[in-house]
Amino acid sequence: MVRSKNDRAFDALVYGILLFVLLITLIPVMFVVSMSFTPYEELIKRGGFVLIPTKVTMTAYKEMLSDGLLLGGLWITVQVTVIGTILNLIATTLTAYPLSRRQMPGSKLVTKLIIFTMLFSAGTIPTFLIVKATGVMNTIWAMILPSLITVYNLIVMKAFFEGLPEELFEAARIDGATEFGVLLRIVMPMSLPIMMTIGMYYAVTHWNAYMVAVLYITDAELRPMQVILRRMLKSANMDYNAEDVVPAETLRMAAVCFATAPIVIIYPFIQKYFVKGTLAGAVKG
Amino acid sequence: MSTTRDLAYSRLPLGERIKRTLLRWWPLYLMLIPGIVFFAVYKYAPMGGLVLAFKNFKIKKGIWGSPWVDPWYKYFQQFFKSPANRNIIANTISISLWKLFVGMFPSLIFALAVSECRKRGFARIVQTVSYLPHFLSWVVVYGVATAMLSVNRGVVNDVIKKLGGQAIPFLNSNEYFQGVIIGTDLWKGLGWGAITYLAAIMGIDTSLYEAATVDGCGRFRQIWHITLPGIRKIFVVLLILKVGTILDAGFNHVYVFLTDEVRSSGEIIDTWVYTQGIGKSNYSLATAVGLMKSVLSTTLVLATNALSRKWEASIW
Repeated sequence: MVRSKNDRAFDALVYGILLFVLLITLIPVMFVVSMSFTPYEELIKRGGFVLIPTKVTMTAYKEMLSDGLLLGGLWITVQVTVIGTILNLIATTLTAYPLSRRQMPGSKLVTKLIIFTMLFSAGTIPTFLIVKATGVMNTIWAMILPSLITVYNLIVMKAFFEGLPEELFEAARIDGATEFGVLLRIVMPMSLPIMMTIGMYYAVTHWNAYMVAVLYITDAELRPMQVILRRMLKSANMDYNAEDVVPAETLRMAAVCFATAPIVIIYPFIQKYFVKGTLAGAVKG
Repeated sequence: MSTTRDLAYSRLPLGERIKRTLLRWWPLYLMLIPGIVFFAVYKYAPMGGLVLAFKNFKIKKGIWGSPWVDPWYKYFQQFFKSPANRNIIANTISISLWKLFVGMFPSLIFALAVSECRKRGFARIVQTVSYLPHFLSWVVVYGVATAMLSVNRGVVNDVIKKLGGQAIPFLNSNEYFQGVIIGTDLWKGLGWGAITYLAAIMGIDTSLYEAATVDGCGRFRQIWHITLPGIRKIFVVLLILKVGTILDAGFNHVYVFLTDEVRSSGEIIDTWVYTQGIGKSNYSLATAVGLMKSVLSTTLVLATNALSRKWEASIW
């Protein structure tokens, strides 16, 4: 095929846009990463910023981890993420499955009532007072129970269940399987991909959770990682007092990397599930 | 068969009907219990708490024991009396409108570039990388923003200083705060926002492009005459739906970036409700403002949903 001048200009534009997006996404991340590894002397010598350090140091990470603060936050976050995601998945499945059986009397009404909560929310203060009244304030449950089921995820899962062939349920029932048996042995194995997708959504939400902790956790011992990270980033004079060993900015960037590393590491393996989930929601929602 | 059964069924007395329904479906109803309890406790019960907006809340007396406020609109009046508060509404709408318009077009252009790229491998890599910021928390994005924009060590200010300029306090001045919010929102959502457009582009009949090529239509004109009309519908629907959430300027996002220095340009309804209610324990006033926001939001969402449905229908 003969390629015209116009065509080549078009390709150049396309590559230009893609390259621009690639750089604008990666460069800030790279600065953060390299700042956390750059020795203090090099930072001073090169007058501020370093995209690729000539020498790599782990001092900032050692300094950060020797102080138990961030590790304590990590432990809280890991607990909330693991327990929370498991409970999220159980509750979402147990709710989505009956609602997907449209012949069940009441399933439409309950679905409508649930969707209404997406449309109208009581707002921060009344929810806060209820969370307080249920006695979970200042426990890790405050970061799990008030967001047990996300309506969006529920709808995506329900839509998936509705897509399963009806004959399957009929056959199982004739074979004498109970409803729980059908859910456990037939529906669940067929739903592994959607479970993965929704589980990942929930897990990332817990990992990144910030507002729930700001609202419902006042006990310093129970602060999740994101809250501790935010405090580190914002405090002008950090309580670390380590300016001479490791500059505050380097420490902060090490903390940012530390909080993000797990997501970045598993991201390449899970991103396709996320994209699928979004599209499922876009089509069905 | 089912109709005769239904007919016989509907003739049964109510008690018998309930019994049969339960007998047939009880395992599924049992499964629903945790979900129903969750929505009842954490979503519906707080709606009852909205009466606070009309009560002079005393913690000792509880929500129901507290006296009604006179006149009933006292807290709404109190909110609007202060010019600073009108500023909050302006900030909220300004931030979300800018996010809306600044956010949509780059995602669209990016989606077009991805779909037009001939090296599929390269396009896929860029796509994957571009989704990554979507998964970072706002706190981490704030960390990235300080690395780039802070006065002392920020990369951007280092460059400005090297070029002989004055460092700009991007994160701490009212002049730049909204811009920073919009910019970081764009950075985080650019790639992710393209997914829906890409799906719509994939759905366009490829024979249209083949025919256009045969007719000697260049690729710019193919985009103009085939791709853009093909995704016009989804673009407008998304736009309309986003207008419905205009009172949500992003609580989490703004709260993470907000400092006292930038309150006059950065305080939005949600952060104000938080500071008043939980910070200063003005529960009733904060609930009243939250209620107003919820009612307006619901109205807007319903209206824009109806509008988008009408628009979809008008295209067919």
